[in-house]
Amino acid sequence: MEHAPVWLTNSLIYLGAAVLVVPLSKALGLGSIIGYLVAGIAIGPWGLGLVSSVEDVLHFAEFGVVLMLFLVGLELEPKRLWNLRGPIFGWGLAQVASCAVVLFGIGWLAGAEWRVALVAALGLALSSTAIALQVLGERNLLKTSSGQAGFSILLFQDVAAIPILALLPLLAGAAAGAHAVTGLDRLFEGLKIVGVIAGIVLGGRLVLRPLLRWIARSNTPEIFTATALLLVVAIAALMQFVHLSMALGAFLAGVLLAESEYRRELETDIEPFKGLLLGLFFIAVGMSINFGVLIAQPLMMALLVVGFMVVKLVVIYALAKAMGIPYQQRPVFTLLLAQGGEFAFVVFQAAGPNVLPPEVTSLLIGAVALSMLLSPLLLVAIDKWVLPRYTADAKNAGPKIDEISEQQEPKVLILGFGRYGQIVGRLLWSQGLPLTVLDHDSDTVEGLREFGFRVFYGDATRLDLLRTAGAATARVVVVAVDDIEQSLTIVDLLRDNFPQARVVARARNVSHFYQLRDRGVEHIEREVFESSLRSARATLEGLGWPAYEARETAMRFRDRNIRLMDATYPHYKDRAKVIAVAKEGRQQFEEQMTKEREDRQKRSGTDWGKLEAQQERSLP
Amino acid sequence: MSPPTAPASKSPAIYLLAAHPHWRDSRVNRLLVRAARGIEGVELNDLYDTYPDFAIDVEAEQVKLARADLVVLMHPIHWYSMPPLQKLWLDEVLTYGWAYGTGGTALGGKDLWLVATTGGPEESYHPQSYNRYFFDAFLPPYEQTGVLCGMRFLPPLILHGARSATDAEVHTHVQTFAERLRSFPNWPEIDELGACPACVVPATDRPREDDDASAASRAFGKLLRSGAASLSSKAESA
Repeated sequence: MEHAPVWLTNSLIYLGAAVLVVPLSKALGLGSIIGYLVAGIAIGPWGLGLVSSVEDVLHFAEFGVVLMLFLVGLELEPKRLWNLRGPIFGWGLAQVASCAVVLFGIGWLAGAEWRVALVAALGLALSSTAIALQVLGERNLLKTSSGQAGFSILLFQDVAAIPILALLPLLAGAAAGAHAVTGLDRLFEGLKIVGVIAGIVLGGRLVLRPLLRWIARSNTPEIFTATALLLVVAIAALMQFVHLSMALGAFLAGVLLAESEYRRELETDIEPFKGLLLGLFFIAVGMSINFGVLIAQPLMMALLVVGFMVVKLVVIYALAKAMGIPYQQRPVFTLLLAQGGEFAFVVFQAAGPNVLPPEVTSLLIGAVALSMLLSPLLLVAIDKWVLPRYTADAKNAGPKIDEISEQQEPKVLILGFGRYGQIVGRLLWSQGLPLTVLDHDSDTVEGLREFGFRVFYGDATRLDLLRTAGAATARVVVVAVDDIEQSLTIVDLLRDNFPQARVVARARNVSHFYQLRDRGVEHIEREVFESSLRSARATLEGLGWPAYEARETAMRFRDRNIRLMDATYPHYKDRAKVIAVAKEGRQQFEEQMTKEREDRQKRSGTDWGKLEAQQERSLP
Repeated sequence: MSPPTAPASKSPAIYLLAAHPHWRDSRVNRLLVRAARGIEGVELNDLYDTYPDFAIDVEAEQVKLARADLVVLMHPIHWYSMPPLQKLWLDEVLTYGWAYGTGGTALGGKDLWLVATTGGPEESYHPQSYNRYFFDAFLPPYEQTGVLCGMRFLPPLILHGARSATDAEVHTHVQTFAERLRSFPNWPEIDELGACPACVVPATDRPREDDDASAASRAFGKLLRSGAASLSSKAESA
């Protein structure tokens, strides 16, 4: 039999290539993805020619992407996904549509046939979920604003691939002049889709968890692993059946299991398969680069790759700016979305010769594959030359000590341990309360550790670090960071992901206070308000006021000030109105105080005058 | 019983606790405080000035109490009782095992003297008037507080109708007060006072400290558990 030896030699080739090239690539600082791609090129038809069935391998390896999305889904509870609906459909649509429109316009103006231009534009507008998520994950960027935005857009692309693929037969029909699909057929298709998705959602809720529990009880670890794989394969098959994206289905299943008690086990079981298959996928992409086309039309190819990437870079960078992604994160974000993606392969191949002539197809596929090879290289370049300048800009030269890594489970989490957070923290420590402290200033952290405080280094605007620090179990989270933007980002993260925690926030000023209130924070303190009142009291005492009366006056002023601030809150964006309310409030307060002074004079003034005439004018 | 005779070389120590939330509204107490300032042996604590935030330094107060022979509570009567900070001071400073109860002998043999003013005139403290009781009816809590600590409760010095009194009456009152401080303990009426009755608190009337703590922790634990249960049931249903 020929079968077993082929299987064996193939395994030998793939594993050998990966094991040889990937560590080398990593050692050179190029990252694992480039390693896989290069390994693919090396063993592919244009390299050593060890493997010829590139298509089959690519299809098989696509399952790596499916597993990856299942794992991504596992990390995302339904509630958080629901919170992301705005970014997914807003930014996702914006990215796909704007890139496709610009690319189509250029292609059409360059003289391509409109259907070719349209299919090419739609295919090229998509990005590689595999590379982008892998890179975001490796760099711990998934939980940052750029990571979330990128993820939302990639998810939308998975959804968008469905109508794009559905469009292809229509275009082919327009070319052939015949309609293959009737309205009834399409209705039937639609019903099937709804049915399958409803089945997955209901099944995930009602059947999967008891099933997993039952299997876990059987105490056969490999069967649990098999179940996990079976689950993903079955869902992928179901999605295939209704012509939906397998990855999307797997993602959905992942989301449904994100809240189950077996989340961690599923993750650990699936993880190695995902890693291997994803590697295989990158190898297959490397193998599928058609160097024949590249050699035949090198200029055309270069123009195509550079052209579509530059267009996407410009459009996506503009989008990133509009989304408010921090400028330090924009280069990586833009580049990851600018490259072509595996969906492009599917789209171009599915288009068929009626829409895309074969030579155009291989040219386009070659361009996408090359962009997938180029972008990790560009990423290395960005790391070397662009990002260091940003970090040099920033006050902090980067972490000198390790950031928080062990899971904490405190009752109280303090974010930011400067002048403000320290007072809070030390008071709580004095009560023996378990608390975790996170600060992003390595000097502060090191200094405090020398004093024996348990302080961790970490950027509190990162969701993963908040989670590690124990935000999910904390009863109270004290947001005491200096920076207003960071404070608001953290509060948003806390509100969206850890609603169980009471947020106690430090406000730098009144406008920050109002912005926190906009986010529903109830316990906000203006950072110098209370201490200023103390100083006012000390001043009154210096003028001879009895201490308790100075206190009472300060407390009345405080009360008044807080009420005035509450009254101003609804109008805080309208400066004129704020000034009017403030003036009126101050006038009322002054009138009230004047009246109180007069009342006091009436009550005891006459007696005072006489008595004090005999004795010196001072209070006891 | 004869008063404890102080050594001739040293005047007795007097700890004067003056509690008035609004000195600027005060007519009589201010003058009393001023009069007491110059008198030898008097240590004055203006409570509302020392603890405007009601954060009483119990240790410091106990040190001052321990070295006094006479403790004077001086304040205007508010709602038939003392101002809130003075009451808080009693609650926090007169601790079990120190001021009273088992081992609580720190104040034994000292004297306690109330110097108070009322807004209402003396006639209003009468069954036929709006205060409905003679003023004496409001004194037992003061007296028993002292007695439980083994202190002799000296006859109080009260000025009724502090707002309506004539300047001369106020002046006389202040003079009397100062004279008493100077002459303590040689007051004529002290000789007529009996010994301070002993008040022993039986151990059974007092929960053991650890019982207290364990009961509290049991209750708290129960609360926590029910809270956690409701949280986890929410998480289940979510």
